[in-house]
Amino acid sequence: MNDSGDPVIRVRGLVNSFGDDLVHDGLDLDVLRGEILTVVGGSGSGKSVLMRAILGLRPPQGGRIEIFGHLIRDTDDARELMARRAGVLFQDGALFSSLSVLENIELPLKSHRPELSAQLRRDLARSKVLLSGLPETACHKMPSELSGGMRKRAALARALALEPELLFLDEPTAGLDPIGAADFDRLLRTLQQALGLTVFLITHDLDTIYAISDRIAVLADKRVLASAPLEEIERLDHDWVQSYFHGPRARAASRQE
Amino acid sequence: MDSESGRLHASGPWVLEHLEALNRRIHDLGTFQAIDASGITRLDAAGALLIEQLLCRGGLEADRISLPDEWRKLFDAVNEVCDGTHQPEPETPPKWREILEQVGRNTIEVRDNTLQLLNFLGLTMTRLGLLVVQPQRLRLTSVVYHMEQSGLNAVPLLMLLSALIGAVVAFLGATVLADFGAELYVIDLVTFAFVREFGVLLTAILLAGRTASAFCAQIGMMKSREEIDAIRTLGLDEIELLVLPRLIALVIMLPLLAFVATLSGLFGGMVVSILALDINFTLFFDRVEQTLTLRHYLVGMIKAPIFAAVIALIGCLEGMRVAGTAQSVGEHTTIAVVRSLTMVIVIDAIAAVYFMEIGW
Repeated sequence: MNDSGDPVIRVRGLVNSFGDDLVHDGLDLDVLRGEILTVVGGSGSGKSVLMRAILGLRPPQGGRIEIFGHLIRDTDDARELMARRAGVLFQDGALFSSLSVLENIELPLKSHRPELSAQLRRDLARSKVLLSGLPETACHKMPSELSGGMRKRAALARALALEPELLFLDEPTAGLDPIGAADFDRLLRTLQQALGLTVFLITHDLDTIYAISDRIAVLADKRVLASAPLEEIERLDHDWVQSYFHGPRARAASRQE
Repeated sequence: MDSESGRLHASGPWVLEHLEALNRRIHDLGTFQAIDASGITRLDAAGALLIEQLLCRGGLEADRISLPDEWRKLFDAVNEVCDGTHQPEPETPPKWREILEQVGRNTIEVRDNTLQLLNFLGLTMTRLGLLVVQPQRLRLTSVVYHMEQSGLNAVPLLMLLSALIGAVVAFLGATVLADFGAELYVIDLVTFAFVREFGVLLTAILLAGRTASAFCAQIGMMKSREEIDAIRTLGLDEIELLVLPRLIALVIMLPLLAFVATLSGLFGGMVVSILALDINFTLFFDRVEQTLTLRHYLVGMIKAPIFAAVIALIGCLEGMRVAGTAQSVGEHTTIAVVRSLTMVIVIDAIAAVYFMEIGW
């Protein structure tokens, strides 16, 4: 199932704008099954807007979005489909601050799988906590008692609660120390391979790009400039791409690899 | 899934969708020595957990299960971190202990809150003293902004509410006093009520709801976004920057608003008197002029700055006490409104008794 080449997400001619301000103009993008696609682009290039459009959190001004082969007609359509089959990790984790870690994970299970017994639901939630690399003691902590890295892991656990096939990650390693970020990258790779996930990853972290992405989509000039494996992207003749992948930070990251 | 010769056969999709059904069937199983899961067509992490629990119940090692290769990786990943035991139900203490505990907590909280409020009052007064010595430290723009936000913008609503309550008081008085043929005293009633009590009390109640909550939420959001910490590290003083402008703005605006409320209340009473009680315009004002003395007005107005200070201080203090979460902002906003309302009414009652006793 991992290597069949049909796109899970197919975006064609997407147009997004804020008032007169055009963010995307005819954007095309494919996310293939079982891959980690990294979306890179300068600040304000519309990475998060793209993710929000695919998730159905904002209606695009034009274009088609197909997810799992279904054409998305409106935002309700998208949200319905996404709720069960996709998990999202927001930038700050977006854990519900009034619920404990375990309750945060149980919440989607409770509403989408009401037939589960309370015991089984708790067991499932705990298994997600452990899968995300959190210690068992984290179960009953409140989000405010967790460190940044643990919060990300807890949010990942919640994103995995409904056994999604598709995972959206918005800057998962932002704000983590390099060791924590590397650990998180490893965790993502392990889980992605074990669970057979398709991952849509937005990041600025060059280490993450070098470490775990299968393909990279470069967002520039209001569209996807190119989506290809790292080596091809690095050779791309475009000012922004060149300074991004051949700046001092990129060299350091590729050396590490 | 069948069990024969101690070997358990698992097949079909073991995914979250069917998990509860699978779980129920597992529940009724006898003992087994090995699991043959080669018939499993789909497996996710939830299904893997169920297999893990099955192994754990049979006391089996992970090598006692045969799985299709494509699912091996997933199962190993789950097997590595989970041990198949159940998550214990969170312990809940008995109800009576919880109630007792809550009472104790609340008692201590009341004490702490009072101390904190006094502490905050002292701190603010010190800063205010500093401001008197060095008036150039006053944030004039901020003061004017809050005067507009919490004062001027409240005027239409306040006028409407006061006029309506004035009308209601007049009607109420008319109903009772008509029995004695003393409708004229409705004017006294409305005048006394609004000049001494209602004008300032209504204003304070409105501002406690409108402004204490706003102050608390503004400062609370700043607190949770570390803006207060930023103010401190920049060598600025959060009391001087945030609390004093709000306090000063409210102390200036509340008496003015109370005056507007008093006039509106009298107007409401007048409209009812003229329309429903056959009292004409001139008579109304004659009567007001006869009964009203400066002393009555002062009894009302002297409370205004006190109410203003109470509302501003409690609003700001609760804002400062917000801790991080969105829920906390909500909680403290509620506390700010409830506490400032309570304080306003308590102070008003004490003042009423006091002024009655000294014969004003």
